Amino acid sequence: MKNWRLWAGFVLSIAAFISYFAFFYQFPITRDVPWVNFILFVVATVLLIAGVRRSQRKIWSGIVAFLGIAVFAFFVFAVTVATRRLPPSHGAPHVGQKAPDFTLLDSNGKSVTLTALLASSPRGVLLVFYRGYW
Amino acid sequence: MRPVAISVDAPQVSENLRRKVGYKFTFLSDPNTEAIRRYDLLHKGAGENGRDVARPAEFLIDRSGTVRWANLTEDLRIRARSEQMLAAAR
Repeated sequence: MKNWRLWAGFVLSIAAFISYFAFFYQFPITRDVPWVNFILFVVATVLLIAGVRRSQRKIWSGIVAFLGIAVFAFFVFAVTVATRRLPPSHGAPHVGQKAPDFTLLDSNGKSVTLTALLASSPRGVLLVFYRGYW
Repeated sequence: MRPVAISVDAPQVSENLRRKVGYKFTFLSDPNTEAIRRYDLLHKGAGENGRDVARPAEFLIDRSGTVRWANLTEDLRIRARSEQMLAAAR
């Protein structure tokens, strides 16, 4: 391949993006701050720029480099802005307050109250609210 | 300490997830966001097809019903780690 730097940079940029969600997201140490992916993106960007510099066809290689760097930019947006769009939650119970009771169905369709859960759990209950599975 | 997971998913959806992944703990279904609103965790329109869902949050509640520890993330990607929750439960 004549301009391997350009294409390696482009492929690495895509890989850096996908690997975060497909792999590094699983581990808190590489999820909370996606440092591995940032390193991959920086290497990809260096390769893309080197590829453009060496290229005879500047417009064509410039487009490839632009797309590769756009993936990087989108990733930065995704992990800094997009996932932080959460509504305020000032009314959530604070430490020391009484937890509001509720009655909900469990996964077998049985009605369950927080009071009943606590009564059967001497060491307390850890409520984990999550967005749902789809 | 007993973990209890709460979401807007229907009981059957949670049961499928529970079986598939092998979770042993309780899953509660809050399709009408009753408990979610009572805990002020409603994230309007953030789910599939603009459905209201819960924003992620964790609360450790002692036997008397008092909140002992709470974690409200600022970022969807960053949830309480299991070690944090276990430390809080000690």
